[in-house]
Amino acid sequence: MRQRSSKRRVRLVELAHARSGDKGDTANVGLIALRPEYYPTLVKQVTAARVARHFKGMITGTVERFELPNLHALNFLLHGALDGGGTISLKTDAQGKVFSTALLRLVVELPR
Amino acid sequence: MTPARPPHTVRIAAGQGFWGDWLEAPYRQVTGGPVDYLMMDYLAEVTMSILQKQKSRDPSLGYAKDFVPLMERILPIVAERGIKVTANAGGVNPRACAQAVSDVARGLKLGGKLRVGVVTGDDLLGRLDGLLARGHELRNLDTGRPLSDVRDRVLAANAYLGAWPVVDALRRGADVVITGRVTDTGLTLAPMIHAFGWPADAWDLLAAGTVAGHAIECGAQCSGGNCLVDWERIPDLANVGYPIVEGRSDGTFEIAKHPGTGGRITVAGVTEQLVYEMGDPAAYITPDCIADFTTIRLAQAGKDRVRVTGVRGRPATQQLKVSVAYFYGYKAVGTLVYAWPDAHKKARAADRVLRQRLEDLGLRFEAIHTEFLGVDATHGRLALEGLAVADLPEVQLRIGVRSPDRAAVERFTREIAPLILNGPPSVTGFAGGRPKPEEIVAYWPALLDKDMVEPCVEIVEV
Repeated sequence: MRQRSSKRRVRLVELAHARSGDKGDTANVGLIALRPEYYPTLVKQVTAARVARHFKGMITGTVERFELPNLHALNFLLHGALDGGGTISLKTDAQGKVFSTALLRLVVELPR
Repeated sequence: MTPARPPHTVRIAAGQGFWGDWLEAPYRQVTGGPVDYLMMDYLAEVTMSILQKQKSRDPSLGYAKDFVPLMERILPIVAERGIKVTANAGGVNPRACAQAVSDVARGLKLGGKLRVGVVTGDDLLGRLDGLLARGHELRNLDTGRPLSDVRDRVLAANAYLGAWPVVDALRRGADVVITGRVTDTGLTLAPMIHAFGWPADAWDLLAAGTVAGHAIECGAQCSGGNCLVDWERIPDLANVGYPIVEGRSDGTFEIAKHPGTGGRITVAGVTEQLVYEMGDPAAYITPDCIADFTTIRLAQAGKDRVRVTGVRGRPATQQLKVSVAYFYGYKAVGTLVYAWPDAHKKARAADRVLRQRLEDLGLRFEAIHTEFLGVDATHGRLALEGLAVADLPEVQLRIGVRSPDRAAVERFTREIAPLILNGPPSVTGFAGGRPKPEEIVAYWPALLDKDMVEPCVEIVEV
Protein backbone atom coordinates (compact mmCIF):
# COMPACT_ATOMS: atom_id res chain seq x y z
CA MET A 1 0.00 0.00 0.00
CA ARG A 2 1.28 3.46 -0.90
CA GLN A 3 2.18 5.50 2.10
CA ARG A 4 0.03 8.56 2.61
CA SER A 5 2.20 11.63 2.25
CA SER A 6 2.15 14.25 4.98
CA LYS A 7 2.09 16.86 2.24
CA ARG A 8 -0.68 17.95 -0.08
CA ARG A 9 0.22 19.11 -3.58
CA VAL A 10 -1.78 22.06 -4.87
CA ARG A 11 -1.54 24.37 -7.82
CA LEU A 12 -0.73 28.01 -7.06
CA VAL A 13 -4.13 28.96 -8.44
CA GLU A 14 -5.60 27.72 -5.15
CA LEU A 15 -3.32 29.96 -3.08
CA ALA A 16 -2.73 33.05 -5.14
CA HIS A 17 -3.91 35.39 -7.86
CA ALA A 18 -1.72 37.24 -10.30
CA ARG A 19 -1.43 39.94 -12.94
CA SER A 20 1.27 40.35 -15.55
CA GLY A 21 2.50 42.94 -18.00
CA ASP A 22 5.50 43.88 -20.10
CA LYS A 23 8.55 46.12 -20.24
CA GLY A 24 10.38 45.57 -23.49
CA ASP A 25 11.25 41.89 -23.83
CA THR A 26 10.61 41.27 -20.12
CA ALA A 27 7.31 40.05 -18.70
CA ASN A 28 6.51 40.76 -15.07
CA VAL A 29 4.25 38.57 -12.99
CA GLY A 30 2.89 39.89 -9.71
CA LEU A 31 1.86 36.91 -7.60
CA ILE A 32 -0.46 37.75 -4.70
CA ALA A 33 -1.45 35.45 -1.82
CA LEU A 34 -5.22 34.93 -1.62
CA ARG A 35 -4.82 34.93 2.18
CA PRO A 36 -1.98 36.48 4.19
CA GLU A 37 -1.23 33.08 5.77
CA TYR A 38 -0.35 31.69 2.33
CA TYR A 39 2.37 34.28 1.76
CA PRO A 40 5.18 32.44 3.62
CA THR A 41 4.54 29.37 1.44
CA LEU A 42 4.92 31.50 -1.66
CA VAL A 43 8.15 33.05 -0.35
CA LYS A 44 9.58 29.65 0.53
CA GLN A 45 8.57 27.58 -2.46
CA VAL A 46 8.06 29.94 -5.39
CA THR A 47 11.70 30.87 -5.73
CA ALA A 48 13.28 32.52 -8.75
CA ALA A 49 15.00 29.21 -9.56
CA ARG A 50 11.73 27.29 -9.33
CA VAL A 51 9.97 29.78 -11.60
CA ALA A 52 12.87 29.63 -14.07
CA ARG A 53 12.43 25.81 -14.22
CA HIS A 54 8.66 26.22 -14.61
CA PHE A 55 9.15 28.45 -17.66
CA LYS A 56 12.16 26.59 -19.06
CA GLY A 57 12.09 26.66 -22.85
CA MET A 58 9.50 29.44 -22.80
CA ILE A 59 11.84 32.28 -21.84
CA THR A 60 15.40 32.93 -22.99
CA GLY A 61 16.68 35.00 -20.05
CA THR A 62 16.91 34.86 -16.30
CA VAL A 63 14.21 35.20 -13.63
CA GLU A 64 14.40 37.85 -10.91
CA ARG A 65 12.22 37.89 -7.81
CA PHE A 66 11.24 40.79 -5.53
CA GLU A 67 9.28 40.57 -2.29
CA LEU A 68 6.41 42.84 -1.25
CA PRO A 69 5.51 41.52 2.20
CA ASN A 70 3.28 44.56 2.74
CA LEU A 71 1.02 43.38 -0.10
CA HIS A 72 1.61 39.64 0.47
CA ALA A 73 2.96 39.59 -3.03
CA LEU A 74 6.00 38.56 -5.03
CA ASN A 75 7.05 40.20 -8.27
CA PHE A 76 8.86 38.16 -10.90
CA LEU A 77 10.70 39.52 -13.90
CA LEU A 78 10.91 36.99 -16.71
CA HIS A 79 13.62 38.25 -19.04
CA GLY A 80 13.50 37.30 -22.71
CA ALA A 81 9.89 36.16 -22.40
CA LEU A 82 8.28 38.01 -25.29
CA ASP A 83 10.12 37.16 -28.54
CA GLY A 84 11.66 40.63 -28.62
CA GLY A 85 8.76 42.36 -26.95
CA GLY A 86 5.71 44.46 -27.81
CA THR A 87 5.80 45.32 -31.47
CA ILE A 88 8.58 42.94 -32.60
CA SER A 89 7.00 39.83 -31.09
CA LEU A 90 5.15 37.27 -33.18
CA LYS A 91 3.47 35.77 -30.12
CA THR A 92 -0.27 35.96 -29.37
CA ASP A 93 0.70 37.10 -25.91
CA ALA A 94 3.17 39.71 -27.13
CA GLN A 95 2.67 41.81 -24.02
CA GLY A 96 2.94 38.98 -21.53
CA LYS A 97 -0.60 39.46 -20.26
CA VAL A 98 -1.21 35.80 -19.42
CA PHE A 99 2.13 34.72 -18.02
CA SER A 100 0.23 35.46 -14.80
CA THR A 101 -2.05 32.46 -15.06
CA ALA A 102 0.71 30.31 -16.56
CA LEU A 103 2.58 30.77 -13.30
CA LEU A 104 -0.55 29.76 -11.36
CA ARG A 105 -0.15 26.26 -12.86
CA LEU A 106 2.94 25.71 -10.71
CA VAL A 107 2.49 23.06 -7.99
CA VAL A 108 3.51 23.68 -4.37
CA GLU A 109 3.29 21.50 -1.29
CA LEU A 110 1.21 22.26 1.77
CA PRO A 111 1.07 20.39 5.06
CA ARG A 112 -2.08 18.25 5.33
CA MET B 1 -7.27 80.47 -9.32
CA THR B 2 -5.42 79.11 -6.32
CA PRO B 3 -7.62 78.76 -3.25
CA ALA B 4 -6.44 80.57 -0.11
CA ARG B 5 -6.48 77.38 1.96
CA PRO B 6 -5.60 73.97 0.55
CA PRO B 7 -8.70 71.81 0.18
CA HIS B 8 -9.20 68.84 2.45
CA THR B 9 -9.35 66.38 -0.41
CA VAL B 10 -8.93 66.43 -4.15
CA ARG B 11 -10.83 63.96 -6.32
CA ILE B 12 -9.06 62.78 -9.47
CA ALA B 13 -11.06 60.56 -11.80
CA ALA B 14 -9.47 58.24 -14.36
CA GLY B 15 -11.18 58.63 -17.73
CA GLN B 16 -9.00 56.70 -20.20
CA GLY B 17 -6.40 54.03 -19.47
CA PHE B 18 -5.03 53.98 -23.01
CA TRP B 19 -5.86 55.34 -26.46
CA GLY B 20 -8.80 53.18 -27.47
CA ASP B 21 -10.31 52.81 -24.00
CA TRP B 22 -14.06 52.99 -23.37
CA LEU B 23 -15.47 56.21 -24.82
CA GLU B 24 -18.28 56.32 -22.24
CA ALA B 25 -15.92 56.38 -19.26
CA PRO B 26 -14.92 60.09 -19.24
CA TYR B 27 -18.54 61.20 -19.63
CA ARG B 28 -19.65 58.95 -16.79
CA GLN B 29 -16.78 60.13 -14.59
CA VAL B 30 -17.74 63.81 -14.91
CA THR B 31 -21.49 63.23 -14.56
CA GLY B 32 -21.74 60.35 -12.05
CA GLY B 33 -20.76 62.30 -8.94
CA PRO B 34 -18.40 65.00 -7.71
CA VAL B 35 -14.86 65.08 -9.10
CA ASP B 36 -12.26 67.85 -9.28
CA TYR B 37 -10.03 66.50 -12.05
CA LEU B 38 -10.40 64.17 -14.99
CA MET B 39 -7.15 62.37 -15.86
CA MET B 40 -6.77 60.67 -19.22
CA ASP B 41 -3.77 58.61 -20.30
CA TYR B 42 -3.43 58.09 -24.06
CA LEU B 43 0.16 57.27 -24.78
CA ALA B 44 1.66 53.84 -25.10
CA GLU B 45 5.12 53.46 -26.64
CA VAL B 46 3.64 52.29 -29.93
CA THR B 47 1.40 55.36 -30.08
CA MET B 48 4.18 57.94 -30.44
CA SER B 49 5.56 56.51 -33.69
CA ILE B 50 2.07 56.19 -35.22
CA LEU B 51 1.45 59.83 -34.35
CA GLN B 52 4.86 60.90 -35.65
CA LYS B 53 4.03 59.21 -38.96
CA GLN B 54 0.67 61.03 -39.13
CA LYS B 55 2.36 64.34 -38.41
CA SER B 56 4.95 63.80 -41.15
CA ARG B 57 2.07 63.40 -43.65
CA ASP B 58 0.06 66.33 -42.28
CA PRO B 59 1.69 68.86 -39.92
CA SER B 60 -1.69 69.61 -38.31
CA LEU B 61 -1.97 65.99 -37.04
CA GLY B 62 0.06 63.86 -34.63
CA TYR B 63 -2.22 63.82 -31.58
CA ALA B 64 -4.95 61.47 -30.30
CA LYS B 65 -7.75 62.56 -32.63
CA ASP B 66 -10.49 60.85 -30.58
CA PHE B 67 -9.74 63.26 -27.77
CA VAL B 68 -11.33 66.18 -29.63
CA PRO B 69 -14.90 64.80 -30.07
CA LEU B 70 -14.64 63.39 -26.55
CA MET B 71 -13.81 66.84 -25.21
CA GLU B 72 -16.61 68.34 -27.30
CA ARG B 73 -19.00 66.04 -25.45
CA ILE B 74 -17.75 66.76 -21.94
CA LEU B 75 -16.50 70.37 -22.16
CA PRO B 76 -19.88 71.97 -21.32
CA ILE B 77 -20.08 69.79 -18.20
CA VAL B 78 -16.50 70.27 -17.01
CA ALA B 79 -16.70 74.02 -17.66
CA GLU B 80 -19.92 74.30 -15.68
CA ARG B 81 -18.68 72.23 -12.77
CA GLY B 82 -15.13 73.57 -12.73
CA ILE B 83 -13.58 70.18 -13.37
CA LYS B 84 -10.05 70.37 -14.72
CA VAL B 85 -8.64 67.93 -17.24
CA THR B 86 -5.12 66.51 -17.51
CA ALA B 87 -4.39 64.41 -20.61
CA ASN B 88 -1.33 63.38 -22.60
CA ALA B 89 -3.48 63.27 -25.72
CA GLY B 90 -1.17 65.80 -27.40
CA GLY B 91 1.11 63.03 -28.64
CA VAL B 92 3.79 64.55 -30.88
CA ASN B 93 1.75 67.68 -31.60
CA PRO B 94 0.22 69.07 -28.38
CA ARG B 95 -0.16 72.58 -29.84
CA ALA B 96 -2.32 71.31 -32.72
CA CYS B 97 -4.36 69.25 -30.25
CA ALA B 98 -4.89 72.33 -28.08
CA GLN B 99 -5.90 74.30 -31.16
CA ALA B 100 -8.48 71.65 -32.12
CA VAL B 101 -9.88 71.58 -28.56
CA SER B 102 -10.00 75.39 -28.50
CA ASP B 103 -11.92 75.36 -31.78
CA VAL B 104 -14.60 73.01 -30.45
CA ALA B 105 -14.75 75.02 -27.20
CA ARG B 106 -15.49 78.18 -29.17
CA GLY B 107 -18.15 76.26 -31.09
CA LEU B 108 -19.70 75.45 -27.72
CA LYS B 109 -19.75 79.17 -26.84
CA LEU B 110 -17.03 78.70 -24.24
CA GLY B 111 -14.94 81.52 -25.71
CA GLY B 112 -13.44 83.60 -22.91
CA LYS B 113 -14.36 80.96 -20.35
CA LEU B 114 -11.62 78.39 -20.80
CA ARG B 115 -7.85 78.21 -20.66
CA VAL B 116 -5.95 75.40 -22.30
CA GLY B 117 -2.46 74.59 -21.06
CA VAL B 118 0.00 73.03 -23.49
CA VAL B 119 3.05 71.10 -22.30
CA THR B 120 5.83 70.47 -24.83
CA GLY B 121 9.57 69.99 -24.74
CA ASP B 122 9.49 66.18 -24.64
CA ASP B 123 10.02 65.79 -28.39
CA LEU B 124 13.71 65.16 -29.08
CA LEU B 125 13.48 64.05 -32.70
CA GLY B 126 14.84 67.29 -34.13
CA ARG B 127 17.57 67.46 -31.48
CA LEU B 128 18.92 63.91 -31.72
CA ASP B 129 22.00 64.62 -33.83
CA GLY B 130 22.93 67.55 -31.61
CA LEU B 131 22.61 65.39 -28.51
CA LEU B 132 24.65 62.57 -30.06
CA ALA B 133 27.30 65.06 -31.21
CA ARG B 134 27.59 66.40 -27.69
CA GLY B 135 28.32 62.91 -26.39
CA HIS B 136 24.88 61.81 -25.21
CA GLU B 137 24.97 58.30 -26.58
CA LEU B 138 21.42 57.31 -25.55
CA ARG B 139 22.56 53.74 -24.96
CA ASN B 140 19.84 51.10 -24.97
CA LEU B 141 18.96 50.31 -21.36
CA ASP B 142 18.50 46.62 -22.20
CA THR B 143 21.35 45.94 -24.64
CA GLY B 144 23.86 48.69 -23.84
CA ARG B 145 24.25 49.57 -27.53
CA PRO B 146 24.63 53.26 -28.55
CA LEU B 147 21.76 54.87 -30.47
CA SER B 148 24.08 55.51 -33.42
CA ASP B 149 23.45 51.82 -34.32
CA VAL B 150 19.93 52.67 -35.47
CA ARG B 151 20.11 56.47 -35.89
CA ASP B 152 19.19 56.38 -39.59
CA ARG B 153 16.00 54.43 -38.81
CA VAL B 154 14.67 56.58 -35.94
CA LEU B 155 11.01 57.61 -36.29
CA ALA B 156 10.31 59.30 -32.94
CA ALA B 157 12.23 60.21 -29.81
CA ASN B 158 10.57 61.53 -26.67
CA ALA B 159 11.70 62.18 -23.13
CA TYR B 160 9.24 61.31 -20.38
CA LEU B 161 8.34 64.52 -18.60
CA GLY B 162 6.97 64.37 -15.07
CA ALA B 163 4.28 66.19 -13.11
CA TRP B 164 5.94 69.61 -12.75
CA PRO B 165 5.18 71.17 -16.14
CA VAL B 166 1.55 70.09 -15.67
CA VAL B 167 1.59 71.74 -12.23
CA ASP B 168 2.95 74.88 -13.87
CA ALA B 169 0.06 74.90 -16.35
CA LEU B 170 -2.49 74.42 -13.55
CA ARG B 171 -0.91 77.24 -11.51
CA ARG B 172 -1.25 79.51 -14.52
CA GLY B 173 -4.96 78.83 -14.57
CA ALA B 174 -5.28 76.09 -17.19
CA ASP B 175 -8.62 74.27 -17.12
CA VAL B 176 -7.50 71.67 -19.63
CA VAL B 177 -3.85 70.59 -19.75
CA ILE B 178 -2.78 68.86 -22.95
CA THR B 179 0.66 67.31 -22.98
CA GLY B 180 3.01 65.30 -25.11
CA ARG B 181 4.96 62.47 -23.48
CA VAL B 182 4.21 63.12 -19.82
CA THR B 183 4.32 60.03 -17.60
CA ASP B 184 1.01 58.35 -16.84
CA THR B 185 1.57 58.89 -13.12
CA GLY B 186 2.45 62.57 -13.55
CA LEU B 187 -1.05 63.31 -14.82
CA THR B 188 -2.48 62.28 -11.43
CA LEU B 189 0.37 63.54 -9.25
CA ALA B 190 0.23 67.05 -10.75
CA PRO B 191 -3.29 67.88 -9.50
CA MET B 192 -2.29 66.73 -6.01
CA ILE B 193 0.87 68.88 -6.00
CA HIS B 194 -1.18 71.80 -7.27
CA ALA B 195 -4.06 71.37 -4.81
CA PHE B 196 -1.91 70.86 -1.73
CA GLY B 197 1.14 72.96 -2.58
CA TRP B 198 3.53 70.06 -2.08
CA PRO B 199 7.20 71.09 -2.36
CA ALA B 200 9.52 69.56 -4.96
CA ASP B 201 11.54 67.70 -2.31
CA ALA B 202 8.57 66.24 -0.36
CA TRP B 203 9.62 62.80 -1.56
CA ASP B 204 7.13 60.80 0.51
CA LEU B 205 4.23 62.93 -0.70
CA LEU B 206 5.37 62.81 -4.32
CA ALA B 207 5.77 59.05 -4.02
CA ALA B 208 2.24 58.77 -2.61
CA GLY B 209 0.84 60.74 -5.53
CA THR B 210 2.84 58.55 -7.89
CA VAL B 211 1.34 55.41 -6.36
CA ALA B 212 -2.10 57.00 -6.74
CA GLY B 213 -1.29 57.64 -10.39
CA HIS B 214 -0.10 54.08 -10.96
CA ALA B 215 -3.26 52.75 -9.31
CA ILE B 216 -5.62 54.55 -11.71
CA GLU B 217 -3.53 55.01 -14.87
CA CYS B 218 -5.01 51.85 -16.44
CA GLY B 219 -8.57 52.92 -15.77
CA ALA B 220 -10.93 50.11 -14.84
CA GLN B 221 -8.07 47.67 -14.38
CA CYS B 222 -8.16 49.00 -10.80
CA SER B 223 -11.91 48.69 -10.32
CA GLY B 224 -12.79 45.18 -11.47
CA GLY B 225 -11.71 45.05 -15.10
CA ASN B 226 -9.22 42.35 -16.08
CA CYS B 227 -9.27 41.36 -12.42
CA LEU B 228 -8.53 37.71 -11.72
CA VAL B 229 -9.39 37.49 -8.05
CA ASP B 230 -13.00 36.28 -7.66
CA TRP B 231 -13.65 37.46 -11.21
CA GLU B 232 -16.95 35.64 -11.70
CA ARG B 233 -18.60 37.52 -8.85
CA ILE B 234 -17.45 41.01 -9.81
CA PRO B 235 -20.79 42.75 -10.41
CA ASP B 236 -22.06 44.53 -13.49
CA LEU B 237 -18.92 44.96 -15.59
CA ALA B 238 -21.18 46.28 -18.36
CA ASN B 239 -21.61 49.35 -16.19
CA VAL B 240 -18.11 49.35 -14.68
CA GLY B 241 -17.17 52.42 -12.67
CA TYR B 242 -13.69 53.80 -13.39
CA PRO B 243 -11.55 54.56 -10.35
CA ILE B 244 -11.33 57.88 -8.54
CA VAL B 245 -8.48 58.91 -6.24
CA GLU B 246 -9.52 60.98 -3.24
CA GLY B 247 -6.22 62.48 -2.16
CA ARG B 248 -5.40 64.28 1.07
CA SER B 249 -2.69 66.82 1.76
CA ASP B 250 -0.81 64.37 4.01
CA GLY B 251 -0.29 61.98 1.10
CA THR B 252 -2.84 59.40 2.16
CA PHE B 253 -5.59 58.68 -0.30
CA GLU B 254 -8.56 56.49 -1.00
CA ILE B 255 -9.50 54.76 -4.23
CA ALA B 256 -13.24 54.70 -4.88
CA LYS B 257 -15.75 54.91 -7.73
CA HIS B 258 -19.08 56.59 -8.31
CA PRO B 259 -22.10 55.09 -6.54
CA GLY B 260 -24.39 52.92 -8.64
CA THR B 261 -21.64 51.79 -10.99
CA GLY B 262 -20.45 48.23 -11.60
CA GLY B 263 -17.10 46.64 -10.93
CA ARG B 264 -15.45 46.35 -7.56
CA ILE B 265 -12.72 48.07 -5.56
CA THR B 266 -11.03 45.80 -3.04
CA VAL B 267 -7.60 45.44 -1.48
CA ALA B 268 -7.00 42.32 -3.61
CA GLY B 269 -8.06 44.03 -6.84
CA VAL B 270 -6.02 47.16 -6.16
CA THR B 271 -3.02 44.97 -5.32
CA GLU B 272 -3.31 43.35 -8.76
CA GLN B 273 -3.08 46.77 -10.37
CA LEU B 274 -0.20 47.89 -8.15
CA VAL B 275 1.98 44.97 -9.29
CA TYR B 276 1.06 45.49 -12.96
CA GLU B 277 4.09 46.35 -15.13
CA MET B 278 6.21 46.42 -11.98
CA GLY B 279 10.00 46.18 -11.99
CA ASP B 280 11.87 46.53 -8.71
CA PRO B 281 9.04 47.47 -6.34
CA ALA B 282 11.40 49.30 -3.97
CA ALA B 283 12.49 51.62 -6.77
CA TYR B 284 9.65 52.74 -9.01
CA ILE B 285 11.50 55.51 -10.81
CA THR B 286 9.69 58.49 -12.29
CA PRO B 287 10.94 61.96 -13.26
CA ASP B 288 9.41 63.24 -9.98
CA CYS B 289 10.69 60.81 -7.35
CA ILE B 290 11.50 57.19 -6.59
CA ALA B 291 8.48 55.51 -5.03
CA ASP B 292 8.93 52.50 -2.75
CA PHE B 293 6.02 50.14 -3.34
CA THR B 294 7.13 47.94 -0.44
CA THR B 295 5.93 50.65 1.95
CA ILE B 296 2.34 50.82 0.69
CA ARG B 297 -0.38 49.93 3.23
CA LEU B 298 -3.81 49.02 1.91
CA ALA B 299 -7.02 48.72 3.91
CA GLN B 300 -10.65 48.23 2.94
CA ALA B 301 -12.31 51.46 4.07
CA GLY B 302 -15.84 50.60 3.02
CA LYS B 303 -17.63 49.01 0.11
CA ASP B 304 -15.69 49.76 -3.09
CA ARG B 305 -13.25 51.94 -1.20
CA VAL B 306 -9.59 51.19 -0.44
CA ARG B 307 -7.44 53.37 1.77
CA VAL B 308 -3.74 53.79 0.91
CA THR B 309 -1.23 54.97 3.50
CA GLY B 310 2.44 54.68 4.46
CA VAL B 311 4.01 55.41 1.08
CA ARG B 312 7.67 56.39 1.27
CA GLY B 313 9.76 57.94 -1.45
CA ARG B 314 13.32 58.93 -2.26
CA PRO B 315 14.86 61.76 -4.28
CA ALA B 316 14.37 61.74 -8.03
CA THR B 317 17.29 60.75 -10.24
CA GLN B 318 19.16 63.25 -12.41
CA GLN B 319 18.04 61.58 -15.63
CA LEU B 320 14.92 61.21 -17.69
CA LYS B 321 13.85 58.12 -19.55
CA VAL B 322 13.79 58.53 -23.30
CA SER B 323 11.79 56.35 -25.63
CA VAL B 324 13.11 56.16 -29.17
CA ALA B 325 11.04 54.47 -31.87
CA TYR B 326 12.88 53.09 -34.88
CA PHE B 327 12.07 51.08 -37.97
CA TYR B 328 12.96 47.42 -37.38
CA GLY B 329 11.60 45.39 -40.31
CA TYR B 330 8.46 43.56 -41.38
CA LYS B 331 6.21 40.87 -40.02
CA ALA B 332 3.06 38.98 -40.97
CA VAL B 333 0.88 36.45 -39.20
CA GLY B 334 -1.43 33.95 -40.90
CA THR B 335 -4.01 31.61 -39.42
CA LEU B 336 -6.01 28.53 -40.45
CA VAL B 337 -8.45 26.43 -38.42
CA TYR B 338 -8.39 22.61 -38.38
CA ALA B 339 -11.34 20.52 -37.14
CA TRP B 340 -11.79 17.19 -35.32
CA PRO B 341 -10.72 14.44 -35.65
CA ASP B 342 -7.00 14.91 -35.03
CA ALA B 343 -7.30 18.70 -35.23
CA HIS B 344 -3.97 19.30 -33.52
CA LYS B 345 -2.17 16.69 -35.67
CA LYS B 346 -3.52 18.26 -38.85
CA ALA B 347 -2.49 21.74 -37.75
CA ARG B 348 1.01 20.49 -36.92
CA ALA B 349 1.24 18.75 -40.28
CA ALA B 350 0.21 21.97 -42.03
CA ASP B 351 2.92 23.84 -40.11
CA ARG B 352 5.53 21.34 -41.30
CA VAL B 353 4.37 21.60 -44.91
CA LEU B 354 4.43 25.39 -44.80
CA ARG B 355 7.89 25.57 -43.24
CA GLN B 356 9.23 23.15 -45.85
CA ARG B 357 7.83 25.32 -48.64
CA LEU B 358 9.33 28.50 -47.16
CA GLU B 359 12.68 26.75 -46.99
CA ASP B 360 12.41 25.39 -50.52
CA LEU B 361 11.69 28.92 -51.75
CA GLY B 362 14.93 30.02 -50.12
CA LEU B 363 13.17 32.66 -48.03
CA ARG B 364 15.16 33.90 -45.07
CA PHE B 365 13.48 35.09 -41.90
CA GLU B 366 14.80 36.42 -38.63
CA ALA B 367 12.09 34.36 -36.93
CA ILE B 368 9.29 31.93 -37.76
CA HIS B 369 6.90 31.42 -34.88
CA THR B 370 4.14 28.80 -34.72
CA GLU B 371 1.35 28.57 -32.16
CA PHE B 372 -1.66 26.31 -31.93
CA LEU B 373 -4.54 28.30 -30.48
CA GLY B 374 -6.66 26.08 -28.31
CA VAL B 375 -3.58 24.10 -27.33
CA ASP B 376 -0.42 26.00 -26.46
CA ALA B 377 -0.62 29.62 -27.65
CA THR B 378 -0.83 31.26 -24.25
CA HIS B 379 0.71 28.77 -21.82
CA GLY B 380 3.13 26.88 -24.06
CA ARG B 381 4.05 23.35 -23.02
CA LEU B 382 2.60 23.99 -19.53
CA ALA B 383 -0.88 23.71 -21.07
CA LEU B 384 -0.30 20.24 -22.49
CA GLU B 385 -0.15 18.52 -19.11
CA GLY B 386 -3.39 16.55 -18.73
CA LEU B 387 -4.91 18.03 -21.88
CA ALA B 388 -6.85 15.54 -24.05
CA VAL B 389 -5.33 16.92 -27.25
CA ALA B 390 -6.78 14.18 -29.47
CA ASP B 391 -10.36 15.15 -28.59
CA LEU B 392 -10.06 18.88 -29.27
CA PRO B 393 -12.92 20.01 -31.51
CA GLU B 394 -10.73 22.49 -33.38
CA VAL B 395 -7.27 24.01 -33.33
CA GLN B 396 -6.15 27.23 -34.96
CA LEU B 397 -2.74 27.19 -36.60
CA ARG B 398 -1.15 30.60 -36.22
CA ILE B 399 2.17 31.15 -37.91
CA GLY B 400 4.14 34.37 -38.06
CA VAL B 401 7.36 35.48 -39.71
CA ARG B 402 9.66 38.46 -39.24
CA SER B 403 12.34 39.76 -41.59
CA PRO B 404 14.14 42.93 -42.64
CA ASP B 405 13.23 41.86 -46.19
CA ARG B 406 9.71 42.95 -47.14
CA ALA B 407 9.66 40.68 -50.20
CA ALA B 408 10.23 37.57 -48.07
CA VAL B 409 7.39 38.51 -45.75
CA GLU B 410 5.17 39.34 -48.72
CA ARG B 411 5.86 35.92 -50.29
CA PHE B 412 5.06 34.20 -46.97
CA THR B 413 1.60 35.79 -46.96
CA ARG B 414 0.88 34.01 -50.28
CA GLU B 415 1.80 30.61 -48.90
CA ILE B 416 -1.09 30.34 -46.41
CA ALA B 417 -4.14 30.09 -48.67
CA PRO B 418 -2.78 27.30 -50.90
CA LEU B 419 -2.79 25.01 -47.87
CA ILE B 420 -6.58 25.09 -47.92
CA LEU B 421 -6.61 22.86 -51.03
CA ASN B 422 -3.13 21.36 -51.08
CA GLY B 423 -2.45 20.64 -47.40
CA PRO B 424 -3.95 18.54 -44.59
CA PRO B 425 -7.78 18.18 -44.51
CA SER B 426 -10.68 19.61 -42.45
CA VAL B 427 -9.42 23.15 -42.77
CA THR B 428 -11.50 26.30 -42.55
CA GLY B 429 -11.48 29.79 -41.05
CA PHE B 430 -9.64 31.66 -43.79
CA ALA B 431 -12.37 34.19 -44.56
CA GLY B 432 -10.15 37.09 -43.53
CA GLY B 433 -8.05 36.64 -46.67
CA ARG B 434 -4.34 36.98 -47.15
CA PRO B 435 -2.46 38.53 -44.22
CA LYS B 436 -0.75 41.86 -44.84
CA PRO B 437 2.94 42.53 -44.19
CA GLU B 438 3.22 44.99 -41.34
CA GLU B 439 6.02 47.44 -40.59
CA ILE B 440 7.64 46.84 -37.23
CA VAL B 441 8.46 49.88 -35.13
CA ALA B 442 10.71 48.89 -32.27
CA TYR B 443 11.59 50.70 -29.05
CA TRP B 444 14.86 51.84 -27.75
CA PRO B 445 14.71 52.83 -24.08
CA ALA B 446 17.50 55.14 -22.92
CA LEU B 447 18.37 57.75 -20.31
CA LEU B 448 19.23 61.41 -20.80
CA ASP B 449 20.50 64.01 -18.33
CA LYS B 450 17.59 66.07 -17.03
CA ASP B 451 19.21 69.40 -17.80
CA MET B 452 19.21 68.51 -21.51
CA VAL B 453 15.41 68.68 -21.54
CA GLU B 454 13.53 71.94 -21.17
CA PRO B 455 9.78 71.47 -20.65
CA CYS B 456 7.73 74.30 -22.12
CA VAL B 457 4.31 75.43 -20.88
CA GLU B 458 2.00 77.71 -22.83
CA ILE B 459 -1.50 78.92 -21.99
CA VAL B 460 -4.06 79.34 -24.74
CA GLU B 461 -7.04 81.56 -23.98
CA VAL B 462 -10.07 80.14 -25.74
